[in-house]
Amino acid sequence: MTTTTTSAPARVFGSGIRRREDPRLLTGTARYTADFTLPGMLHAAILRSPHGHARIVSIDTSAAKAAPGVVAVFTGADVNSALQPIPCAWLLPNAGLKTTPYYVLAKDVVRYVGDAVAIVVAESPYQAHDAVDLIDVDYGALPSVVDPRAATEPGAPQLHPEAPGNQAFHWTVAGGDIDAAFSKAEVVVRERIIQQRLIPTAIEPRGAVAQFSPATGELTVWNTTQNPHIVRFIMSLVTGVPEDRLRVIAPEVGGGFGSKIPQIQGDFATVFCSMKLGRPVKWIETRTENYQSTTHGRDHVQDVELAATKDGKILGLRCTVWAGMGAYLSTAAPGIPTILHGLMLSGPYAVPAVKEDVYGVYTNTTPVEAYRGAGRPEATFMLERMIDLLADATRIDPVEVRRRNLLPAFNNGHNVVTGLTYDSGNYQGALDKALAHVGYDRLREEQAAARATGRYLGIGVVTYVEICGLGPSQVAGAIGFQGGLWESAIVRFHPSGKAHVFIGTSPHGQGEETTFAQIVADELGVAVNDVRVIHGDTENTPMGWGTYGSRTTAVGGAALAVATRKIKDKAKLLAAHLLEAAVEDIDYADGRFFVKGFPDKHKTIQDIALMANVAWNMPAGMEAGLEASSFYDPPNFTFPFGAHVAVVEVDPETGHVELKRYVACDDCGPQINPVIVEGQVHGGIVQGIGQALWEEAVYESNGQLLTGTLADYAIPRADLLSEIEVLSTVTPSPHHPLGVKGIGEAGTIASTSTVYNAVIDALEPFGVQSVRMPLTPERVWRAIADARKGA
Amino acid sequence: MKVSVTMSINGRAETREVEPRLLLVHFLRDAAGLTGTKIGCDTSQCGACTVLLDGVAVKSCTTLAAQADGCSVTTIEGLAQDGQLTALQEAFWARHGLQCGFCTPGMVFAAREILRTNPSPSVAQIRHGLEGNLCRCTGYQNIVRTVEAAAADPRVAQQIGGAR
Repeated sequence: MTTTTTSAPARVFGSGIRRREDPRLLTGTARYTADFTLPGMLHAAILRSPHGHARIVSIDTSAAKAAPGVVAVFTGADVNSALQPIPCAWLLPNAGLKTTPYYVLAKDVVRYVGDAVAIVVAESPYQAHDAVDLIDVDYGALPSVVDPRAATEPGAPQLHPEAPGNQAFHWTVAGGDIDAAFSKAEVVVRERIIQQRLIPTAIEPRGAVAQFSPATGELTVWNTTQNPHIVRFIMSLVTGVPEDRLRVIAPEVGGGFGSKIPQIQGDFATVFCSMKLGRPVKWIETRTENYQSTTHGRDHVQDVELAATKDGKILGLRCTVWAGMGAYLSTAAPGIPTILHGLMLSGPYAVPAVKEDVYGVYTNTTPVEAYRGAGRPEATFMLERMIDLLADATRIDPVEVRRRNLLPAFNNGHNVVTGLTYDSGNYQGALDKALAHVGYDRLREEQAAARATGRYLGIGVVTYVEICGLGPSQVAGAIGFQGGLWESAIVRFHPSGKAHVFIGTSPHGQGEETTFAQIVADELGVAVNDVRVIHGDTENTPMGWGTYGSRTTAVGGAALAVATRKIKDKAKLLAAHLLEAAVEDIDYADGRFFVKGFPDKHKTIQDIALMANVAWNMPAGMEAGLEASSFYDPPNFTFPFGAHVAVVEVDPETGHVELKRYVACDDCGPQINPVIVEGQVHGGIVQGIGQALWEEAVYESNGQLLTGTLADYAIPRADLLSEIEVLSTVTPSPHHPLGVKGIGEAGTIASTSTVYNAVIDALEPFGVQSVRMPLTPERVWRAIADARKGA
Repeated sequence: MKVSVTMSINGRAETREVEPRLLLVHFLRDAAGLTGTKIGCDTSQCGACTVLLDGVAVKSCTTLAAQADGCSVTTIEGLAQDGQLTALQEAFWARHGLQCGFCTPGMVFAAREILRTNPSPSVAQIRHGLEGNLCRCTGYQNIVRTVEAAAADPRVAQQIGGAR
């Protein structure tokens, strides 16, 4: 009783095999949300506010309703009586959180350019967009405020009566004796850091296809989401459709980077139209809609002070942050500048004391959400910037300052001043490897030689640690996250020995259809191609909380490993029974269960799969089938880390920054597929470089978004970049079944500050210590010109 | 007012009465039902909609369907034959030149255009040739490697030459 399955390679875990996702993506046969067409489907387009802040005096939809092909036009008056407002799902405790109703279509007042006002449904998308232009809205303009710090000042325009002073929350974190740190400081460096607002820019815009059946009350939604099960949960709360009648499908999803975590106005408005009309409705946003109304990221003003000794030992870090939240609190927004930021303030260093005040502030801008890194790039930048300023103030090499403060290596837990317990780390090891590879000492010599000839090289070095694998559900509850943070997996072996894996989390480009198959293949000795990974459909996958916070492999992968080991345990029992041996006498190697000392007396996993499924000869009490599930709730977060080095050259005549080298040494624990890991590192680094050099969401003071298209918002292009050199070290997480930590965000967390520090290092001869990001040629040139004038 | 448009898409003739303002990308996706071609922006920056028009890479979001009347169009669906990837598609797969896949159809044609006009491009020429196509996942590095690998594969020149 054997099958024809070929045996797997010796160790598939750690092998950079080709992705199983790619053939469909390379041939145009993959189906994204916009690619679905259903019989009788209508098309929706949304009218959005052109004002940053205005009263809606009146809306006249008569001309739009009479336009060719138009089936219906709905406004807030229609929608808001039927649907609940969009909830915020991270209700930060002990922070005076003031949530305010975020209506699916605006009610009485619009609060940002892009706030949805009305939705048109027509037979074709062109007709729907034409009719949007025929809706006549009489607005009474109100004053706007777009800067988070300015919004807290007396006399600033007020967005919500529920939130006086525009304050959404005030959160603090403190550890150690911060006053003592500053009173005994020999050196204090201070800086105001602007973490500019960014737009995530997944190349696939957002959208939804909704199909409601009035006969059955069943609703199906195809949605561009990172977390279909959360969509079902929240969609049910907002629409009243019971969860058992609600199916959410994340088909192929074209990148997210955080912008596909929340449920947005357009999703709900589209569902409303389908429920009202009893026909399928599709809404796909334009890029400008994406920029105006789908979520943004970052947007901090940070006032930071670092206390230290004159030999560069850090004593304490104190800061105040004004975090722009946009006009409403998006799904996870309150947790990002607080939990994911403030708790990481000490980074990989021994910092005896920290104190941070974070003010979440409403402004007349697009709501802010997670954007790749989400809070951690803002923390890493703050710390790494201050350390370079400390190096400058003490005239100690920036690498040496880091060495004097980095935590020593640990492999099973280290408590830090913010209250977290890091799982494992070897920060010096990663730094050593990166510096050796780049040739740091030689680079400093080259830099000195170049300066003598009027060329300005800069070297930026950063060591970082991040928090991933979100996270223990008990902690989630304690910090106000309105859900769990466990993941689940089901492994099901078919009679032929092929297997299906069903997971609750929902990858969208990260390659887990491949890496998760590698996990099963490695544990059970089957071929990768014999394991098919299913995700993204609430109807056929177990509950899970989604892909964000570098958690899919760190938590979902753990669930899968546990489920796979349950399969192995059962297979061993059945093998013992079939081989007429005691279970203690059964060993496993390379897909075979055999009697100790008698390798010929064996059953393959395929044999076991068949015998378990036919169930002709089962041990007493054993159920038929070979299937296992796991709900894995991690005991702690994971803490990936690393060291990055950038080398740049600045042309002082033009302010142009040339990237000359970029070396990354990241440690995400054991790598399931190093090729995929490297791809994640490349992409993450380039997004972070985008923040350092080119990207900024710019608002005019009246709330107009000036960077509302890809012609104005400068994401990185191929010709602006150079080769990234990728290294790694391996420090397993002590609490993860596979030791893995997560790699999705590491590059973005480290690269912004690495490139920024390199540019400021290049400008050192001019005495420039600070330039507002992004470091465009104009800004760099002006900084040099101003410094020359001052000198 | 409607105009009659006929074009050969992946070797198959398609005739439709369309509005004169209809974009080629909408003709391909909505009229011809070929959804492999993607739309990522409204301003011709992202290049996700890149297809071949009479053998030359164009952005189908800045081309009217009526302009393609009488032309031959190749979309991503038209490359692989009988499930066999072209050598260029194969290079994307082998070099991990894609992640979410949304920019990929456009990238494949941008890569093809680079090699059509310059069979042995330098890295700088490859990067320059990709500047009209945006990818947010890969950081471009593995796409550059893909084009380098494809340039070194004699099958690629043969296949591009054959379709030119």
